[in-house]
Amino acid sequence: MSKANLLDRRDVVKALLANRKDAIAIGGLGASTNDITAAGDHARNFYLWGGMGGAAMMGLGLALAQPKLPVVVITGDGEMLMGMGSLATIGLQKPANLSIIVLDNECYGETGGQTSHTASVADLVGVAKACGITDSRAISTMAEVEAFAKAMQDISSGPRFANVKIDSASLDRVLPVRDGTFILTRLRGDLGLGPI
Amino acid sequence: MHVRADAPTGTASTEAPGWPDEIFDILQRFDVRQVPYVPDAGHSRLIQRVLASSSMRGIPLTTEEEGVALMVGAWAGGERCALLMQSSGVGNCINMLSLTQIFRFPFLMLVTMRGEWGEFNPWQVPMGTTTPDVLELSGIRVLRASHAQEVREVVEAAASQAYNALTPTAVLLSQRLIGAKVFVK
Repeated sequence: MSKANLLDRRDVVKALLANRKDAIAIGGLGASTNDITAAGDHARNFYLWGGMGGAAMMGLGLALAQPKLPVVVITGDGEMLMGMGSLATIGLQKPANLSIIVLDNECYGETGGQTSHTASVADLVGVAKACGITDSRAISTMAEVEAFAKAMQDISSGPRFANVKIDSASLDRVLPVRDGTFILTRLRGDLGLGPI
Repeated sequence: MHVRADAPTGTASTEAPGWPDEIFDILQRFDVRQVPYVPDAGHSRLIQRVLASSSMRGIPLTTEEEGVALMVGAWAGGERCALLMQSSGVGNCINMLSLTQIFRFPFLMLVTMRGEWGEFNPWQVPMGTTTPDVLELSGIRVLRASHAQEVREVVEAAASQAYNALTPTAVLLSQRLIGAKVFVK
């Protein structure tokens, strides 16, 4: 399955979050949420085990509520395809502190590696751009990943979108906590927001 | 004689009815900051008020389930939302509604009903008919307002239990209240 010259998903996510500072990271359903966990558990990690297609919209809600914090959505091609309309919604709101990065392995890795639309016809960078997210890039090198990691700290120049072609090899699962109320309460607590 | 004759105000004249303004006041009082919506004629006055407001942000969606996900993120960041749609949009939300049980966050949706009370368009009927059951099966409490005089009380109760008691709640605004849509050739 693995192809030469494609980036390793864990290396990509580690590089994105290595110097995250105050950033909030949302992991879309599937392997991306495991990649964020593998980079290190954090009170500002928001792991999704369901709600497929919703990661980018959760990022929008958070970015609008916390405009001074960088918010990054790290998700897969299948999850992004399911929520493609949200790119138009985000393009309209233009939250300057929101970054979306798609780990594109061109398949549904969690369900047996069935080919996704990005393997042939669907160009997510083109979709994002056409939805008004002008800073939309295709990434193929670690240097570009590092540049994106730096850019996502800038809360005045987003929204931005990146699609990274990654190796489709299935990696060992590194599972985050599954308790939604824990994840939500922990993040709110870290932002100084108490329980009701 | 028109099918909208029962609707108390705002049908024949250009003057908007008062109940959308009452809803707006309630949302403001409960400190709602983000109002995601897929437009519906029955919500048009409320949407206008939200878009003109300095404290609320109206967020047009491409499909209703986007709004459910948005509300989780907004609450994670400390802001309350109210989600506006018409009954056909409830069907689009089903899987995403599971987030209300997973995260236990303040969840209020205001649904204008179609497919009942003098409906003209048969395509609205199936989803309009199942809307209350779909919501209840998805763990959402359902309240209904059918007359202008009861809207304030019902929406206030819904907002109170949604925001204060984390009880996910939908208010169905009956087609009887809004008036059946009239199609003119």
